[in-house]
Amino acid sequence: MKCVTCRGPAIIDIRRHNSNFCAEHFIEQCHRQVRKAIDEFEMFTPSDKLLVAVSGGKDSLAIWDLLVDLGYDADGLYIGLGIGEYSDTSREYAKAYAQTRDLTLIEVDIPSTFGFDIPNGSRAAKRVPCSACGLSKRHLFDEAAIKGGYDVLITGHNLDDEAAVLFGNTLHWHTEYLGRQLPVLPAREGFPKKVKPLVRLAERETAAYCIVKGIDYFVDECPMAAGNKHLSYKNALNEIEAMSPGAKHSFYFGFLDRAAAFFEVEASIDREGLGACASCGAPTTSEICAFCRLVDRAGGQLPDRTGVTAVPVDLGPTRTGSIQ
Amino acid sequence: MPVKVRLHNPRRDLEIEGPITIINLLARLDLNREAVLVVRDGELVPGDESLSDDDNIEIRPVISGGAL
Repeated sequence: MKCVTCRGPAIIDIRRHNSNFCAEHFIEQCHRQVRKAIDEFEMFTPSDKLLVAVSGGKDSLAIWDLLVDLGYDADGLYIGLGIGEYSDTSREYAKAYAQTRDLTLIEVDIPSTFGFDIPNGSRAAKRVPCSACGLSKRHLFDEAAIKGGYDVLITGHNLDDEAAVLFGNTLHWHTEYLGRQLPVLPAREGFPKKVKPLVRLAERETAAYCIVKGIDYFVDECPMAAGNKHLSYKNALNEIEAMSPGAKHSFYFGFLDRAAAFFEVEASIDREGLGACASCGAPTTSEICAFCRLVDRAGGQLPDRTGVTAVPVDLGPTRTGSIQ
Repeated sequence: MPVKVRLHNPRRDLEIEGPITIINLLARLDLNREAVLVVRDGELVPGDESLSDDDNIEIRPVISGGAL
């Protein structure tokens, strides 16, 4: 196998591009794809204040590293989920990376701040663990970005993530979600702008990027995720990809080019009627937002506003409403 | 000495007779090339490379995801 750029020995093949790359030109390829996503979808500019959601896994550490390499100034945000040893270890990977690169990592710990953890809390609230986890992370990402004064919240969703979510939403015709499945969600009241700069890279490439760059990431899968539908969709799509390289890219980017606009109206209807949560002030269509209801059902408690543990940003009250 | 292979989720070790190419090894283990990377001494090993006895490799899964 020879590198498509320099004809030297290749270390990785990317079949959907019909190309092989040596280490140096593979890193260049990753830079090129991320820069293209940022520019094509007008994600952010070098003057924007960026916050990266960091888990200690390959995707979040890869995008943080790529952004720093490309000259962006980005802080990280780690959410402690209380999933036993898994959370302890993932936190160590996130912290170690931040320390190595002298970057700022903000931490929000759910058990010590809200009095519940994802395994026990989801059980008490009668929710699937991945559902309670996703709901909590989205709420806390939004809150930290808004209160920290960040212009953009960045997540490490890659091409495989987006294709798998699209696959699931299409299988079940969740049309209200299809209209929101975009690489950029603009800011609106109570929500930060959210972007996904890894959408042009498959997760095999983000893992390879970390290995080539010597980034130590947490390889193990979350014990709560075993057997979930998202992983089964990814496996199904990889079977198709193996037979038809480029299928995932074609599926997702074809959707963006030709179909996403058809679902915009339904997605916008779904956003109407938002008010402030009477408990925390977050945007919600109910009196109490889904996160505060989860905290209540999980047996936790909302912290006094002065006790919110996101550091070092000042989490002053910027939303309407109040925490009781 | 056969090729030593470490697998994840669950973590386990195998021994396979060499020589064998990465592509053939993955096929023999019924693993999808889109879902794994092969690592030796911290470096990626390309699919066409032949492993010989005494090689020590890790087959690292790349699929992740639960809550989005």
